[in-house]
Amino acid sequence: MAVEVQPTPGASPAPDSPLFQSPENYLTHPSTSIGSWLFTLDHKRIGIMYLVSILLSFLIGGLLALAVRLELMWPGQTIMSAETYNHVFTLHGAIMTFLFIIPSVPASIGNFVLPIMLGAKDLAFPRMNLGSYYLWVLGAVFFVGSMLMNGLDTGWTFYTPYSTTTSSSVISALLGVFVLGFSSIFTGLNFIVTIHTMRPAGMTWFRMPLLLWALYATAIIQILATPVIGITGLLLIAERLLQIGIFDPALGGDPVMFQHFFWFYSHPAVYIMILPAMGIISELVSIHSHKPIFGYRFIAFSSVALALLGFLVWGHHMFTSGQSPVSAIVFSALTFSVSIPSAIKVFNWLATLWRGSISFTTPMCYALSFIFLFTVGGLTGLFLGTLATDVHLHDTYFVVAHFHYVMMGGTAVAFVGGIFHWWPKMTGRMYNEWLGRLSALIVLIGFNLTFFPQFLLGTHGMPRRYFDYEPEYAFLHFLSSVGAFTLGFGLLLAAIALILSLFNGKRAPANPWGAVSLEWQCASPPPYYNFKRAPVASFPYDFTRVEYDPPSQSYIVRAEEKGAATADH
Amino acid sequence: MATSEAIAETSEDHAEHDHPAFLAHHFDTPQQQFDSGKLGMWLFLVTEILFFSGLFTAYIVYRYLHPEIFIYAHQYLDTTLGAFNTCVLIFSSLTMAWAVRCAQLNQRVGLIVCLTITLVCAGLFLVVKYFEYTHKFHEGLYWAGWFDPHSSHGHEDDDILTGEGHHDEHAEDSHASEGHEEGSSEESASGESETLEGGGNPPPPTPPEEDMVSAVAPPTGFRAPLTPLELQMQSIQGNEAEVGEIPVPAALSFGEEKEETDETDIPRNAGIFFSIYYCMTGLHAIHIVAGMIAIGWLLVRSCMGHFNEQYFGPVDYVGLYWHLVDLIWIYLFPLLYLIR
Ligand SMILES: [Cu+2]
Repeated sequence: MAVEVQPTPGASPAPDSPLFQSPENYLTHPSTSIGSWLFTLDHKRIGIMYLVSILLSFLIGGLLALAVRLELMWPGQTIMSAETYNHVFTLHGAIMTFLFIIPSVPASIGNFVLPIMLGAKDLAFPRMNLGSYYLWVLGAVFFVGSMLMNGLDTGWTFYTPYSTTTSSSVISALLGVFVLGFSSIFTGLNFIVTIHTMRPAGMTWFRMPLLLWALYATAIIQILATPVIGITGLLLIAERLLQIGIFDPALGGDPVMFQHFFWFYSHPAVYIMILPAMGIISELVSIHSHKPIFGYRFIAFSSVALALLGFLVWGHHMFTSGQSPVSAIVFSALTFSVSIPSAIKVFNWLATLWRGSISFTTPMCYALSFIFLFTVGGLTGLFLGTLATDVHLHDTYFVVAHFHYVMMGGTAVAFVGGIFHWWPKMTGRMYNEWLGRLSALIVLIGFNLTFFPQFLLGTHGMPRRYFDYEPEYAFLHFLSSVGAFTLGFGLLLAAIALILSLFNGKRAPANPWGAVSLEWQCASPPPYYNFKRAPVASFPYDFTRVEYDPPSQSYIVRAEEKGAATADH
Repeated sequence: MATSEAIAETSEDHAEHDHPAFLAHHFDTPQQQFDSGKLGMWLFLVTEILFFSGLFTAYIVYRYLHPEIFIYAHQYLDTTLGAFNTCVLIFSSLTMAWAVRCAQLNQRVGLIVCLTITLVCAGLFLVVKYFEYTHKFHEGLYWAGWFDPHSSHGHEDDDILTGEGHHDEHAEDSHASEGHEEGSSEESASGESETLEGGGNPPPPTPPEEDMVSAVAPPTGFRAPLTPLELQMQSIQGNEAEVGEIPVPAALSFGEEKEETDETDIPRNAGIFFSIYYCMTGLHAIHIVAGMIAIGWLLVRSCMGHFNEQYFGPVDYVGLYWHLVDLIWIYLFPLLYLIR
């Protein structure tokens, strides 16, 4: 029997035919009313709602970042008071971390793509998926609430004892963190169960697209780490409301214990943020250089290794907090072990690119930016994992630059690249490639202009989170601020490219990139049930079976050779 | 038109499938649905264990660093009531397991009876817990911040409550203004803040001002001290006069805790034990309540005859959850009540 679902070779309809946009695609079916979106159980619609909401919080967090950079552009007070500055940088950090980066890739792209990649109709628990979205909304409401009430000036880390004594709205923000934690747990739980129980015929574990491996590893962390931040948040709320004295030194509590609890979640959370981004890059690098991914199993296992090793290194945030020298040495050594799987991935991506026939599409441009920025971020992390240098660099701009290279240059860039990659599938529209590429270039330049000077500032001793600075730091701060606005402009261009495509973009074919994984085998945008029949999966990076079909302007994937195919549907 | 036909076929296909009513549309077989639910439940239980693990870690750390607090304070817990509750929960686990069996064998009456007994046991547990709590509140055995054993005052607690209320409503950005609405002067609050900022050395305890708890200054540039316990617990200080009434085993001596106290009975920071006690048992009680809601939902559904040998997943899942809640109590009971 035929393995392909749609498009059928030979049908070759004109670009406007229903093959390209079926009237019953998920955007219009079952109905287009607001209610049908708000109460939908369709993973695709939930993914889109997540995407819009997450991008909105990215915008808010980004504007706060620009406010911070504007304030720091010149020494002394520029646009806000020192108190306001504390609130602004805290909210920038908290919103970017909890509302944007942690859910970013899994909840939006993952939600949309994961079941289709598995050839399934939906996630295992659609109602829990919708619940997760509304928990995210509730968490966002708490954050906005604390912004509108007394603000938040603890830094996104909520360190005690300051967080037990400040008069800003810590409780509301912590409730937000708690609720968002459950949102994240639900997403992770759903993904693990779906990957375990709903893979289609032919998809063994080692025939899964690498994005799924990455999402699976991420989900393990979401399940194992997030409950700890939940209970930590509850204890801190109880500390403020009732003075339970677990963290408050005035009552005999131990503030360093708070740091342990906090980083037990927040270090693994770094991998919640970066692993899905790595998954995206594995897809983009292979698909857009039309060459099978190099070292499939190494990349797959390194995702799981990162997830597990990530749990053993939280103490590297506390080298100067007064933990014992022995534990500091152990944590430092373990921290270096994390760089092994990260390096494996980078080398495998480079090897994939080597002699590939690279298409410099927008997603590929972002992927290349990612590899560069992530490498810089990862290598500078080694300085921070080393005890002797960390004592010098701790709480300086070097740390700020390092994690922005990994989180913003890594995750956020990969996220934008992923959006460009799956945009045709999500919306059924192609965007203007030149505008997209231009945005990638400006983002790359702006990013380095923003954060590279911060490495220098840090090594020269500029402490992070300060409102003002000595005149000798002025030039680098000015450069950094100019870079921030360049970066903002680049992202604005990317947004313009995507939004314009909704109005005048070409209709997207089912498979514009020549990919093999299953989500490109159904129409763009996908029909409500994704697949007519459960498809049979093959190795997702076997590009020898891909052919361009000029009449439909789409790539098609030939059926596997007889014998290799296990199709009996 | 290939696609629209395809989709039309999809819906036909879907209707054709002999999907039983209980099988969700995106699953192919009841077995797949059951496996998914079961795996999901197990994963959820893992998150629950990690959720409690924070509290268990806090317990271990404080027990290791301050065993005297635990030895002293646990005597206020009623071992008999705790043991009774343990038996109640273990029995409820038995009836829950039995309920799962009944559901699998399609024994509707047995299912309803077992679920009801489980529900009653859960309720009984909470009633006993309620009496334990109120008894402790009556004796002033609150968590660290309010810890004030053996006094029948109500107003002091109210003061703290009001103070905290104000404190939350404060729209001001200035932190130094905290705590002065209670009548303690602003100068004393800011004076303390200077002390703290100055050396990182906590001020010597000054008797009795309840608001001092909330008047700790914002430690700007202040690194978390290694020995935070040097800070004296204010509430104990405030109630030195009354602590003598507490019976304490003669064998225990707390000589080194004696600073400025002529009462040697209560180890410093004894309230931390009760903080941990209330956090752990309170969180556990919340889980009992959640379990009761789930069992109530099962009861309604089993009365409506939803479960049979084909479809008993929800009973199974709630059963797993209930066993975990039971198991956590089985750890809590010796850790809190049976300290030697
Ligand atoms: Cu870390």
